[in-house]
Amino acid sequence: MKLQRRYFLFGGAAALGAGVFGVWWGDRAALARAKRITLGKDQSSFAGWLKIGADDSITIYSPHIDFGQGSQTALAQMLADELDADWSKVRVEQAPPDYAFGNGALARVFISQMSGHPDAMQHVPDPVYAMLARNVPLQITGGSSAIRATGQYGFRVVGAAARLALLAAAADRLGAPRSELVASASTITHAKSGRSLRYGELAAAAAERSLAAEPVLKTRDQYTFIGKPIDRFDIPAKVNGSAKYGIDVALPDMRVATVIAAPVRGGKLISVDHAPAMAVKGVEKVIALDDAVVVVATGYWPALKGARALAPKFSDGGHGGLSSASIYAAQDQLIAGGKPDNVAGKGDVPAAFARADLKPLSAQYRVPFLHHAAMEPFAMTGHYANGRLEVWGATQDPLSTRNQLAKFAGLSVDDVTYHQMLMGGGFGRRFPPYTQIIEQIARVAKQVDHPVKIIWSREEDVKQGAYRPQSSGHLRAALGPDGKIAVWQTDYAQLPDAEGEVAFLYQVPATTRRHYKYISNQVDAYWRSVNSTQHGFYNESFMDELAHLAGADPYQFRRAHLPAGSRHLAVLDAVAQRSGWGSPLPAGTGRGIALVESFGTICAQVIEASVKPDGTPQVHKVTAVVDCGTTVNPKNAEAQVQGGILMGLSTALGEAITLTNGAVDQNSFTDYPVLKLPDAPMVDVHFIESGAPIGGLGEPGLPPAAPALANALFVATGKRIRNLPIAGQLA
Amino acid sequence: MPVEARVNGNPVTFRADDDTPLLWVLREELGLTGTKFGCGIGACGACSVHIDGDVMRSCGVPVNTVAGKTIVTIEGLGNPQAPHPLQTAWIAHQVPQCGYCQSGQLMAAAALLAHTPQPSGDQINAAMTNICRCATYVRIREAIHAVAGATAGVPA
Repeated sequence: MKLQRRYFLFGGAAALGAGVFGVWWGDRAALARAKRITLGKDQSSFAGWLKIGADDSITIYSPHIDFGQGSQTALAQMLADELDADWSKVRVEQAPPDYAFGNGALARVFISQMSGHPDAMQHVPDPVYAMLARNVPLQITGGSSAIRATGQYGFRVVGAAARLALLAAAADRLGAPRSELVASASTITHAKSGRSLRYGELAAAAAERSLAAEPVLKTRDQYTFIGKPIDRFDIPAKVNGSAKYGIDVALPDMRVATVIAAPVRGGKLISVDHAPAMAVKGVEKVIALDDAVVVVATGYWPALKGARALAPKFSDGGHGGLSSASIYAAQDQLIAGGKPDNVAGKGDVPAAFARADLKPLSAQYRVPFLHHAAMEPFAMTGHYANGRLEVWGATQDPLSTRNQLAKFAGLSVDDVTYHQMLMGGGFGRRFPPYTQIIEQIARVAKQVDHPVKIIWSREEDVKQGAYRPQSSGHLRAALGPDGKIAVWQTDYAQLPDAEGEVAFLYQVPATTRRHYKYISNQVDAYWRSVNSTQHGFYNESFMDELAHLAGADPYQFRRAHLPAGSRHLAVLDAVAQRSGWGSPLPAGTGRGIALVESFGTICAQVIEASVKPDGTPQVHKVTAVVDCGTTVNPKNAEAQVQGGILMGLSTALGEAITLTNGAVDQNSFTDYPVLKLPDAPMVDVHFIESGAPIGGLGEPGLPPAAPALANALFVATGKRIRNLPIAGQLA
Repeated sequence: MPVEARVNGNPVTFRADDDTPLLWVLREELGLTGTKFGCGIGACGACSVHIDGDVMRSCGVPVNTVAGKTIVTIEGLGNPQAPHPLQTAWIAHQVPQCGYCQSGQLMAAAALLAHTPQPSGDQINAAMTNICRCATYVRIREAIHAVAGATAGVPA
């Protein structure tokens, strides 16, 4: 099964639903390996993911990295809740990048959705998923998946099953029936006899027992930790400078290197004169890679000076004619050609458009490449000695990173050690298939007689990104005599087919969405919210245009196209109510609304905005309502949505990666402007605890922001924004 | 030329070439990695430190210009026994996400409150121009206001 791309993306609500989930526990080889890697003296393992010590310590191994989204703490809340643990004893560690810790729960959800037949796949036995997770390998963090997949389908089950095993061990020890035992705060109490046992006293015996395959999970009224705003584990170290990120690794006698890669992606290094770099004090070596030059020095500063002294010659890989304008032109041409690669929809669209009694509308939208702009530039440290490679870094899939290091170093996986450090932002940038520094460190470490740390400059980080695709969307629809949409057509050109991810929310009798596959030299990368960014913008902007064509209020117009009693309608109504939709605003200020479902979560936003005298938009206030089913940690959930909204506004306002002669034009934060505090509006976030299957939260806050802003600016100025970013269009 | 200065209360001697930015000698000579590299051109503020009480972006400060000066980094802003009130507020408000920029944000906020214990919204906007890609700005504002309101006048 090919899982290299889009393997974690799926749209709509989790088809597997809520309830009791079985986990397959019987992979003895993997469990034995997990124990060997993690267990110390007087410690017991439960399914590999949970460790309880005789000292009552509880360690949870997270197969997800935590780059600030808070999922390690939330995963611990889910497991500890089912375990009836004493929270003060709980801590989380990153699961080792070893196949024993492949994420089977994630595989179950992703692979069943990816197959296109989730109902059928539900009957695939768990061993298959566990095997896939180890072999793919699957230890990724992305797709807003930690809580809704791993937490819901994995860690809650582990916690519940371990609790049952502890209860059984206590029943044996106390000679009392299980029905008379109560577990709470890591202690099992037998009220009748007044005796109690701590989990630490029971763990060894409990771990000998086989775990229940389908333990009954708690219901909402029984939660102890789920739904509580518990402080994140990782924050204290992030306010005093002690948190160690990939870039902070320091080894004795370490060298520091920096990279200049071919400015046109796909280009190769033709030649480079090493002398100008070698003349810089502190530079020790210049290494030519296939598509880049690496300068190795005693520190970052001499490495950078050395790299900038070089004048490497690169080929353009045949892409030197590419520009942002040529890409849009090629995409528009593809769409005009009318031969889509993928089509989805329902109803007779051509017949509907042929009707004479409809009021038609069409519009073209364009969105640029976007850079992730994580605050920590790429950095990895490697040490090659005695046929073994040891690497420190931070990626969104440690298990796959280790495998790739082995591949590029020409070593067996067992001869590669990978240490996952904290990560200064990811947003989809650090998936191993396009995290170029993995290959660079594997190759460079083998050519340097010391530990060596590669640090990318910010300029390299911007120019060598893995961008959200530049994309064109041609939308066409028509209103019926009743003022409702009779037919809707979306034609869009970009590399990936977005259909599986982007839910179309509205009741329209005839719809078609046609994907035109546009291939360039850019990689097919994930960017926070992935295809929901551009499609949220297309759909919700065009919905607004249709509302105005119908002479209807944009909120009421959306309402009229949503099923009565639906979660979408409840979210939309709540955001209208909380934002004071319809209440008077100062002259020159507009209000815009947007509703997007992504990663199993529904989010609606209302934005109030105006235009400053210099023509730049001023966002005054954002009101957001979110239904992700259940919030595991409301404080953290709010942070994710706040951050997503502001990142979405940042992209809408000014972010764009453009190409000229095949190379990226932007260099740094000066010409790739990221939203700063003075421009950050008030953000009010409200959650609806619907109890629906848990949805993701890292991404769904982002997509409605751009269309809600554009819709607000239309009210404020009369100018319809169809191209992003907005910068320069309202001056 | 070796450069003598004080960092977090201790005398230090930097030995890097004169034009080396303060950021890199803090990180590579002293191992004070709480000060972060973000852009190298003073655009993001991740490398913010205090030099003689003023917040500066250390990626643009050549080491030979800090001779005799007093430098405070995030490691010296407070300590586990006596954290700076902003550090306490940053935890109480659960401000950081990825956390990478937060050393710089805290140094900028601490300098602001040292000079202006009860800043207005506009003064916060003027002082807090460091980039946070996770966009924790709403909580940064809340935490600064909380400290300014609760402990006005406390020196940084």
